[in-house]
Order: sequence, then C-alpha cells, then structure tokens
Amino acid sequence: MHRVYEDGGREIVLTIFRHNPNDEDSIPHFQDYPIIERPGMTLYIALTQIYTSMDHDVSFDFVCRAGICGSCAMVVNGKPRLACRTLTSEFSEGKITLLPLPTFQHIKDLSVDTGTFMNAMTKRVEGWIVNNSPQDISTIEKPIDPELSDEIFELDRCIECGICLASCATKVMRPNFVGAVGLNRVARFSLDPHDSRSDEEFYELIGDDEGIFGCMSFMGCQDHCPKHLPLQKQIAYMRNKMVKVC
Amino acid sequence: MQKNHLIELLTQKDNRKKKSKIPARLDFLQSATGAVLVLFIMFHLLFESSILLGKDAMYALTKAFELDFVFKGGEPLFIAFLAFGVFVVFILHALLAMRKFPSSYREYSAYRLHSQMIQHEDTSLWFIQITTGFMMFFLGSIHLYTMMTQPDKIGPFASADRIYSDTMWPMYLLLLVSVVLHASVGLYRLIIKWGWGERQKSKWMIKAATIFYLGIGLVSLGAYMKIGYEHRGEYGKRYTVEANR
Ligand code: HEM
Ligand code: SF4
Ligand code: FES
Repeated sequence: MHRVYEDGGREIVLTIFRHNPNDEDSIPHFQDYPIIERPGMTLYIALTQIYTSMDHDVSFDFVCRAGICGSCAMVVNGKPRLACRTLTSEFSEGKITLLPLPTFQHIKDLSVDTGTFMNAMTKRVEGWIVNNSPQDISTIEKPIDPELSDEIFELDRCIECGICLASCATKVMRPNFVGAVGLNRVARFSLDPHDSRSDEEFYELIGDDEGIFGCMSFMGCQDHCPKHLPLQKQIAYMRNKMVKVC
Repeated sequence: MQKNHLIELLTQKDNRKKKSKIPARLDFLQSATGAVLVLFIMFHLLFESSILLGKDAMYALTKAFELDFVFKGGEPLFIAFLAFGVFVVFILHALLAMRKFPSSYREYSAYRLHSQMIQHEDTSLWFIQITTGFMMFFLGSIHLYTMMTQPDKIGPFASADRIYSDTMWPMYLLLLVSVVLHASVGLYRLIIKWGWGERQKSKWMIKAATIFYLGIGLVSLGAYMKIGYEHRGEYGKRYTVEANR
C-alpha cells in the first residue's frame, strides 16, 4: 500500500486534528496529509513541509526544534511527546495521528497555551528561591556539595513542555491538580540549601488534594517526560516530607 | 458552630492562616489501612488454603484461631473479634479511598478516554483498582458479616457446606478475584507512592505473587466445593478428627 520511492522515501500519512475553538463555524475533525518520508525526518520537518507545500492553515508550535524549549509537545499516536524529537521512521505502519496536548487551553489545531498554566503554577508553588536572611553580596556564596548541586540541576532540566500533565490521569480528571511539573519544582527548591523555606512552609503551598495528596501514582509523568526527570522519586520524596509535617 | 470552623469554611485556612493538616493524615491513613489489609489478606489466603493439606490441617488451624490451646475446645468469639477488627479497618479504608473514585460522569469518562488514548499500563491498572474496590463494598461486607455473626461455623465441613450447599461460591469466587487484584495493584501503588522500592522489580514480584495467590485461592475454593458436594447429604454435620479416621 505504501509506495516506496527510488531514493528510499516511503509514503506516510499524517492525520492531524483540526479545530479552531475561536471560530464558531469550525467543526473539530481529522485531516489526512500524505507526504514522502525522507531520511532522518522528524515531525518538525514533516509538519513544516505540510505547512509550506500543502496547507498554510495548519497551526502548530516549534521554537528550538532541539528538545530544549518545550513548545512542540503534542500527542503522537496516543502518546504525549516532543514533535521535534520524534522521528517519523519510528512508526513502521507509516500512519501518524497528531492531537494537541490535552489539559491545556486549546488555541488551534496542534497549538495549545501552556504558558498561562506554567505561569500560574510558578506563582502557586512560589517556584523561586526564598531566603529572608540578610545576604552579604561582598562575600563569596557558601559552597554547595557538588553531588547535591548535581541533583538540583538534574531537576532544573525541566523544560515546562506540559507532557507530564497531558499524560496524567489525575490532571485529566481534576483540572486543578498542580501536576508533576509543579511538584518537581517544589522538590527542587526544597533540596536547595539557598532556599530557607521549611517543610511547614512548603506544606502551605502543596499540602492538599490539589497538590501532593492529589497524585494517584499513575506514573504517566514518569513514563512520558521527554527529559527523563525522576518524577516518581521527587513526588515520593515530597509526599514523605509533607506527611511528616503534621 | 465554632468561629474557627467558619474561618476555615470561608478561607480554606485556619485562624492562623494555616492549611489544614487533615489531607496529610487522610493520605497517610488511606495507605496505612490499605497496607494492613494487604498484610492481612496475604496471611488469610494462606491459612484458608490449608484445606489443600487436608481436612485435619484446616481443622487444627481453625481451632488454633479459636485459641484451643488456652480454652478447651476453642472459643469462636475470638474469630468474631478478629473479623470485627478487620471490618473496622476495611470500612475506614473504603471511606478514605472513596475520595479518589471518579465522582461524576465527566471525571469517569475523562479517565476512560485518556486511558484508552495513552495505552499506559499503570494508568489502566487503576481501572482494576476502582472496579474491584467498588465490588468489595458489597462482597467484603457480606463475608465479614458472616464471619462476625457465625464465627462458630468455620471448619472443613461447615465452610464447605456454606460454599457448596448455601451457594456462596459465586460470591467467594468474585471476592477472591477482586481482593487479590485489588491488593496487588494497591501494594504496587504503595511502593511507588512512598518510594519503597524499585518500580520494575516490584511490579514483576507483585505479578508473580498475584498468580500465586489467585492459584492457591482458586484451587482451595475448588477443594471446598468438592468437599461440600460430597458432604451435601449430611449438610450441617460438623467435622471431628476422630470421625474422619
Ligand atoms: C470496600 C472495600 C474497598 C474499597 C471501596 C477500596 C477502594 C480503593 C480505592 C478506590 C483505591 C484507590 C485509591 C487511590 O487511587 O489513591 C484503593 C487503594 C488501595 N486499596 Fe482498597 N478498597 C477496598 C478494600 C481493600 C482491601 C480489602 C485491600 C487489601 C486487601 C485494599 C488495599 C488497598 C491498597 C493497598 C491501596 C493503595 C492505597 C494508597 O494508594 O494509598 N483495599 N482502595
Ligand atoms: S517534568 Fe518533564 S514532562 Fe513535565 S514539564 Fe518538565 S520536562 Fe516536561
Ligand atoms: S521545538 Fe523546542 S522542544 Fe521541540
């Protein structure tokens, strides 16, 4: 069924969810785009090709196309992933269905607004260093144990792509759940010796059923995070801490 | 109404502007009661399958639970006490875990559609947990109520008569499958939730345990069925070691 061309390219079909929630006449539907696969083709390349040569009306987001900015997250054959890091050759059937990330405000087609959520999440968990003791900037900062700083930097690798939320059944059911991205952020600052907040203070931020106690251990976050962050471990770490507060 | 409670109603915080600690306790208790029930059921299923070692073995074990080494002939009331204790933990666990059930069609369908889309094992496992949990509201209550009210009717013949002649076997079959699946998924979830062990290894070990417990459970239910069938003419007659010689 799939024609294979002389230069090795096979025909693949991208099926894209099309809808513009801001247009009253727009009916949600799926549209097929057959294209020729090229060696090393990513979904970024495929979508750009569709946009430039087939349909100038499809919307999707890319910035860095290298797995750094987190803007290209979408659902690829059922799994939330980064489109710029997904090779079309992974799909031996040559059929790829693309959906926008669930749980976020839908903008159009594959484009969603993750920014509004991430911004609110940062404020909600106060995702920054809090330290009210007087700082003397003329002296050298206290050193951190290199192993600990590695651990903190590891958690800082989060790119806020939103895949953990779109993979989370709790979030899908209960939209106010802060999700792995928020809990990981709290864990990051709770590890950081520069941050003077106590567990009691972190409890005020995440100590409820929309925070740490909302997590039902579905592990969608852990298994889909494109940066392979140790989310299960961090959530368990925070849960143990938060339960000990009382 | 206390003024402090009104402050919590209006601000979701107490009069010191602090969040309630109750959610932490509820989460802990949900896990603690689940863990106690898992431990209980692991031993319970082993004891119950003593029938596979013969009627004498099962009889001796029953009598040991009736503390026959202290009270001559055994005192079934101890089994009723034990059942009552389990019932309390069971109700407490159901009450706490209920908070997590999908609470509307919207939540339920969101979970189902998401689960079908993402095809992710640990997400799908939860469906087993909520369906078996729901079934046990009824099945577990029937069983525990029987044990509390008729603790004297346990033994190779009495139990077999209940299962076969009183047609309790469909209930026990469903209860067995529900409790084993629910306890397995629950234990796995506890391990991930509190970070007690490595995930893949735990999953593998729990799968093996699930097969083992389902196996011994089903075979011993079969054994009780067989005894009950052979004993149907003498329904109600109790087992004695001497008579079996
Ligand atoms: C009426 C009976 C029961 C009901 C309604 C029930 C319901 C539930 C539900 C809905 C959950 C999921 C909670 C969540 O996702 O966070 C759960 C968790 C669990 N259940 Fe049950 N259950 C019952 C009986 C049992 C029994 C008999 C056992 C043990 C043999 C058990 C062991 C567990 C464990 C270990 C967990 C995990 C606890 C946690 O995540 O904190 N449950 N139960
Ligand atoms: S934790 Fe992982 S999945 Fe979640 S936003 Fe960060 S990088 Fe994306
Ligand atoms: S475009 Fe930046 S992560 Fe994909």
